Amino acid sequence: MSDVTGALLGFVRKETRHILRDRQTLFVLLMLPLVQVLLFGFVIRTDVENVRVGFVVPASDAATGELIALFRGSDLFTPVGTWPTAAPLPDLFERGAIDQVVMFAPGFADDLGRGGARLFVVTDASDPNTGAAMRTYAESLIREYAGQGAADLTLVSRPGGGPGTLAGTSGIETRVRIRFDPALESRNLFVPGLIALVLTIVSALMTSIAITREKERGTMEVLLVSPLRPWQIIVGKVAPYLVLAFVNVLTALGAAWLAFGVPFRGSVTLLLLESLLFIIVSLALGVFISTRAESQRAAMLAAIAGLLLPSTLLSGMIFPIGSMPGWLRPFTNVVPATWFIEIARGIMLKGVGLAYLWQETLILTLMAVILTTASVRAFDARLS
Amino acid sequence: MNAGATGLPTVPEGGEPAIRSRDLTRRFGDFTAVDAVTFEVGVGEVFGFLGANGAGKTTAIRMLTGLLAPTSGEATVAGHDVSAEPEAVKRSIGYMSQRFSLYEDMTPRENIELYGGIYGLPSPVIRDRGARLLERLGLESAAGKRVGSLPLGWKQKLAFSVALLHEPGIVFLDEPTGGVDPITRRQFWEMIYETAADGTTVFVTTHYMDEAEYCDRLSIMVAGRIVALGTPTELRREHGAPSIEDVFVRLARQDASPPAAS
Repeated sequence: MSDVTGALLGFVRKETRHILRDRQTLFVLLMLPLVQVLLFGFVIRTDVENVRVGFVVPASDAATGELIALFRGSDLFTPVGTWPTAAPLPDLFERGAIDQVVMFAPGFADDLGRGGARLFVVTDASDPNTGAAMRTYAESLIREYAGQGAADLTLVSRPGGGPGTLAGTSGIETRVRIRFDPALESRNLFVPGLIALVLTIVSALMTSIAITREKERGTMEVLLVSPLRPWQIIVGKVAPYLVLAFVNVLTALGAAWLAFGVPFRGSVTLLLLESLLFIIVSLALGVFISTRAESQRAAMLAAIAGLLLPSTLLSGMIFPIGSMPGWLRPFTNVVPATWFIEIARGIMLKGVGLAYLWQETLILTLMAVILTTASVRAFDARLS
Repeated sequence: MNAGATGLPTVPEGGEPAIRSRDLTRRFGDFTAVDAVTFEVGVGEVFGFLGANGAGKTTAIRMLTGLLAPTSGEATVAGHDVSAEPEAVKRSIGYMSQRFSLYEDMTPRENIELYGGIYGLPSPVIRDRGARLLERLGLESAAGKRVGSLPLGWKQKLAFSVALLHEPGIVFLDEPTGGVDPITRRQFWEMIYETAADGTTVFVTTHYMDEAEYCDRLSIMVAGRIVALGTPTELRREHGAPSIEDVFVRLARQDASPPAAS
């Protein structure tokens, strides 16, 4: 073993000791993915159950009865009534007594036979997320029905519960196909985002704090005067966090799988490798922050404002990038989490491999190379 | 152990001084932090490096320890050029900063192992020297306790000993006794003398003027230049002052006027 690797190993051991001896922080870091996954899984799901649905049936027949029976049979819906006209509905919506209404156009059965039957679905979208989810559920059920009947159905869906909406004549035509996530479990979508969040906290936030702590305490000075090269100091500081972050990935995935049955349709190995790539990007960002920040407090604020917020808000983790204003979208491309989430969702939910994800992977790899180079340079530049 | 140097150590004739600085200069933009500083420090000498805050001491030390490249001029430390071979310089020196520089959440023994490893000492040597070091400091019983729980005086002595673990030819002490009580400071200086007697050059900065009197020779830096250099006795006589403190205050006050280097 050469002196260089010996010194480096000793340094890694020292950093590991710091982490292991700060029991409270270690506990928080280890529990973080577990708590996050469970919290998000149980609480912040946008899935809805027991959608109170009503039906407006101008003329009851076999076709309408069949569709209503389908809703009745679904766990997600609780039919609350059937009316011949839409007249009582505005009041029901306003009182919050009903979530959704399916309106059959007059002559539904005949149209169905000829092709071109029409349905109106009106959804209470006072909470847009729930509204969107309810709409999608109803649509998927109707599509299932249309599929069975091998008939062509035009579905007209409208959000909103106001009286004007119900009386409205022009609807938004939607043709929605639900793929990859037939259960529409929003928690499945959240898991990749959560992993990105936890990794950003552990890799970027914690390393930037650990490095600035040495600056604050004056030990960095001693390290810099020692024969350790800057890259050895960086590697030594970062290596234990890489391991910790990887443990976190396993914890988050394990919890998501055991507690919620989140699917792994693609290669777990690929997912872990991609996670490693994202960890390296985050670690480099942490080092970069620490070269700028003079105190632990400054490092923490920089990591939260500069990394955690964009990773949460701009990565598509919670808010779909597709619904962001055009000028904002380029910014989402700069956020590493955007690409990781895209990759993780692809692997977990779609079961696709590198053949489909090579672009995202390439972008993350480039980010890793550029950020690592930049942060080592910045660390070096601190010295001269 | 080397034979202790007796009397006043000087630059040995024909021999290489421990530190040699020639017109060492560092500019940051328009500001000249260190302005053509020239001095030599002999082997085994205790050299006091004085100056008010902002006089350029820290910048000078950063250059001498290989952390910062000089803008112009040159300096050799332990025979190595600071701009050409900063890594060789780093290997041959010890360093202890004004802020306590060991890891508080690790034990004395673990700190010793860490620094021994960083300086490339083989494990048996680290174990051996570590044990002797703890014995000398009377810290054997505290070897397994975290450094954070030790009194500051012990921590400082431990930090000094750890800085000497790889037996460097020169040790830089940057305000090593800050915040320590007078008795501990006294003990600390005894350690400095022992170290110098073993042939190790001690380069020390301090704000305590009584400590300045303990140095073999000292320099006083004002506004980036060395304005006084010599033994404490020489400096007192030269400036007709009763103490180094008076010399210092007198020199530091004429900050704005061009200083006359000796």
